[in-house]
Amino acid sequence: MMRHLMRAYPTLLRIGFAEMVAYRAEFLIWVLTTNMPLVMMGLWTAVAADGPVGRFGQREFVAYYLAILVIRILTSSWMVWELTMDIRQGALAARLLRPLHPLIVYSAEHLAAVPMRMLVISPVAIVLFVVAGPQLAIGDPVRLAILLASCAGAWALLFFTQVLIGSLALFIDSALSVFDIWLGIHSLLSGYLVPLELLPPWVSAVAHRLPFHYCLGLPVEILIGLVDTPSALRGLGLQWLYVGGFFVASNLLWRAGMRRFVAFGA
Amino acid sequence: MPPVFLRYARLLRTQLSIASTLAMQYRFDFVLKGVMALFWMALTMVPLLVVYAQRTSVAGWTYPEALVVLGWFALLKSILDGGVTPSLNMVVEGIRTGALDFVLLKPADAQFLVSTARFEPWRIFDLIGSLVILVYAFRRLGHAPAPAHVAAAFVLLAVAVLLLYSIWILVVSASFWVVRVDNLSYLFGSLFDAGRWPIDVFKGALRFVFTFVFPLALMTTYPALTLLGKLTFGSAALVVGGGLAFTALARLAWRGAIGFYTSASS
Repeated sequence: MMRHLMRAYPTLLRIGFAEMVAYRAEFLIWVLTTNMPLVMMGLWTAVAADGPVGRFGQREFVAYYLAILVIRILTSSWMVWELTMDIRQGALAARLLRPLHPLIVYSAEHLAAVPMRMLVISPVAIVLFVVAGPQLAIGDPVRLAILLASCAGAWALLFFTQVLIGSLALFIDSALSVFDIWLGIHSLLSGYLVPLELLPPWVSAVAHRLPFHYCLGLPVEILIGLVDTPSALRGLGLQWLYVGGFFVASNLLWRAGMRRFVAFGA
Repeated sequence: MPPVFLRYARLLRTQLSIASTLAMQYRFDFVLKGVMALFWMALTMVPLLVVYAQRTSVAGWTYPEALVVLGWFALLKSILDGGVTPSLNMVVEGIRTGALDFVLLKPADAQFLVSTARFEPWRIFDLIGSLVILVYAFRRLGHAPAPAHVAAAFVLLAVAVLLLYSIWILVVSASFWVVRVDNLSYLFGSLFDAGRWPIDVFKGALRFVFTFVFPLALMTTYPALTLLGKLTFGSAALVVGGGLAFTALARLAWRGAIGFYTSASS
């Protein structure tokens, strides 16, 4: 099974990459959709024009929201839309016929998009480097390793959360509404809209225990050096605990759903 | 009045009655979505609250004044989501599946038919919510808006809706070329979101884009200034002129796009 998979995976990645290239216009539009960080950056730099807010001056806000943009583009997933659509339209049946687990194929399709995302986001990354070069975690090998691990963790966490919510579509009609709620809470508690430390202390404390922050805020804070190494490591540990938890939960739900899946039109 | 007008008025009545029958199919959804609407509205207020917890005034806007802009934004969004987006989403779907052919075959203006095909009555909850925000904002300000200013604001509301509708038509026209336009509609929604902030908080490129390219300033900031009694005649003329220009542009784009349409199967 494992050898089989090792042989198939590179091919799957190549197919995924080709699909990515085929839909490049749509991909670019999707990237442009992530413009909220720029708007928030404009807003907060206007606020910080007459003195810093907490630890954040104008430069820190710029670095923070650019980092949000970079990490968000690199790690986000559209699994929930793909999965719910495949379930609703019955395309999942074709995927189930293949000799590989559908989730593995999905993961390859998603991973194959990462190089293209890196390419598209590189101008933003360069600006970020100019603005906050010395603070960034890329100069120090230890911090860089933590950063990469936390990015991988964020990617996996988002992927499995969306598999979990997407699998709900096997049971209920409104899985996407559930995801909408998740997205709303995520935008607030992940640090996407506002840095967590600027929220009221109790909200920020709660947010640090919930998974949302580990999908986005943690790698961002590591990247621009907002957290010291010990607390970054603690965060990383909790992040991967959540990844494991969501991995198990999504697989259980998937398996339970498979038992009742009947392809539409079959 | 020419009989053409009467004919379209009758047609509008028929379209609306079909749309409301369709919309009332899911009565439970109606309540559920209403509750969700209030949840979203509360959520989207958080960044504003966080900002004004730090400062009493941002870029010359006090808290209640910024609330007027936010309330106006919510009002416009409820009209957009309730009356414009559902219909135009149908067009996008129709282009993808080829069902648009049936609309084009009917002996009436296609743009009129597609624009009045669907609406979502539960958005009335958002509408009420936005009015609550506006009333609260003016209570904080300590005075009611002058009747003349309210009347002027209604004119600008009509222009703003026309603007939004025109931009949507432009987006839909684009979907004749770029088929996967669900992305485009997300882009539209995400850009529109920036309209909750007074235009003065943005500098440079963002300000230019939000005034001339995607004229959010004309849709939210200027009408809010009208309500506050601060809008000059020149700016008001700019709003009306901009609205008419976009409407003409949209009509041209739609005609061009329809000419390009070759149906899904050919």
